[in-house]
Amino acid sequence: METVATFLNGILPDGWDGVTTLIIIMMKIIAILLPLILAVAYTTFAERKIIGYMQVRMGPNRVGPKGWLQPIADTVKLMFKEIISPTKATTIVFFIAPMLALAPALAVWAVIPFWDGGVLADVNAGVLLVLAITSLDVFGIILAGWASNSKYAILSSLRVGAQVVSYEIAMGFALVGVLMAAGSMNLSEIVRAQDGGIQNWFAWPLIGLLLVFFISGVAETNRAPFDVAEGESEIVAGFHVEYSGMAFALFFLAEYASMILVSTLTALLFMGGWLSPFGHALDDIPVLGAILGDGFHWLFIKSFFFLFCYLWFRATFPRYRYDQIMRLGWKILIPVTLVWIFGEGVAIALGWKPWL
Amino acid sequence: MIRSIKHFIKSFTLFELFQGLGVTGKYLFKRKITIQYPEQKTPMSPRFRGHHALRRYPNGQERCIACKLCEAVCPALAIDIESEERADGTRRTTKYDIDFFKCIYCGFCEEVCPVDAIVETHIFEYHYEERGGNIITKQELLAFGDKHEPEIAKRKAADAPYR
Repeated sequence: METVATFLNGILPDGWDGVTTLIIIMMKIIAILLPLILAVAYTTFAERKIIGYMQVRMGPNRVGPKGWLQPIADTVKLMFKEIISPTKATTIVFFIAPMLALAPALAVWAVIPFWDGGVLADVNAGVLLVLAITSLDVFGIILAGWASNSKYAILSSLRVGAQVVSYEIAMGFALVGVLMAAGSMNLSEIVRAQDGGIQNWFAWPLIGLLLVFFISGVAETNRAPFDVAEGESEIVAGFHVEYSGMAFALFFLAEYASMILVSTLTALLFMGGWLSPFGHALDDIPVLGAILGDGFHWLFIKSFFFLFCYLWFRATFPRYRYDQIMRLGWKILIPVTLVWIFGEGVAIALGWKPWL
Repeated sequence: MIRSIKHFIKSFTLFELFQGLGVTGKYLFKRKITIQYPEQKTPMSPRFRGHHALRRYPNGQERCIACKLCEAVCPALAIDIESEERADGTRRTTKYDIDFFKCIYCGFCEEVCPVDAIVETHIFEYHYEERGGNIITKQELLAFGDKHEPEIAKRKAADAPYR
């Protein structure tokens, strides 16, 4: 990055430092988004493959070696499909909605630290920003449901609205527990607070909050078993029934980007993000030290585990009834987080901090 | 009291959910039962009823004597036969059409045929490329029979002891 900056400063006239910064930020954004979109594509492939395997079948294996080109073929197909808008739809909102759904799902990645210092925007209140922007996701879905002028779509978007708002609270409370333990809202600081090996991860003292956070995350992204928004047996496909081609693909992209985001967040907040589970004990081993020490690969492995859990849940659990979802969110998850935060507060006040 | 405490512990440790995850996790590593169709095929009975064929005697004489029993027995009215008397005094078909869109592959025509002329073969992978292609004429049926005669004879022989 420094070499690029000096190069740009060299060729640009004086006083154009802003342009240099802009170009560098753009490059960073591309460096984050391209792998992310690729990851989304291959998450869809992994989903079909893993769920297939759990159902004792093989999943896609025809396009390319072992089916590895399947997501590319899917993308090409979606890109060439016609985008149809219903006659009575509110056209402008209808086409803005998928973008509104996708933009926040991608924007949040700005504050996610991939390794020590590997973050686009090291925002002080990173956790707040994440919460705020992920909540915007629901606007795209609600507008899509409303603008489609279809009863299935509107029903689905109402369900999503209620569900996301309910689970946001449990999710927020789970985050409060993490903030109390870490003493910071900066995501990098939260990870650094878990330094020193697997026993220092927040996952142990905050195991209940980890579960609540991940369950709310699954509900927040409208994935099975909380996917009443899509409930094929009741409302066809939910808020995106009327969408086709790339407009539909954007919703898909947003959903999977949020899935990856929730997995990464869980890894960052509770499992020590890029930190190695061995702490710094093995850093001095010549070649293995680089692999066993801290680094992006640990974050990748941890996120992948949670992403796998998403697919695992989908292959295992039947869909919740709508009122059961509400019951779980309001009557179980929120009280659990409250009790846990109270206990944690008492522990902090009395000076027991098992993770320090 | 004890039961409700047990239930409480069970639900808060997500015991049953983990049990379910365990089941699917086990199946993740099980042998897959998918048959990769064009490359792998499932075993097929010699009685399989697929594409029809008209057979000939070993001397090349066509077997069909235009008795029209198959036309009469066909529940889907898929067979259409016209016949004439040839110069040598034999009765032969001039037209033997099977409409494969009507045919339900019940095998009655094969069953009822006194000379084993019409048979259903093991071939089930076929298609039509234009309208009307579904109506298979006598020439096509005979040609189909000639092409697959060794295989047809083998399968009929394998099934013969059980009939």
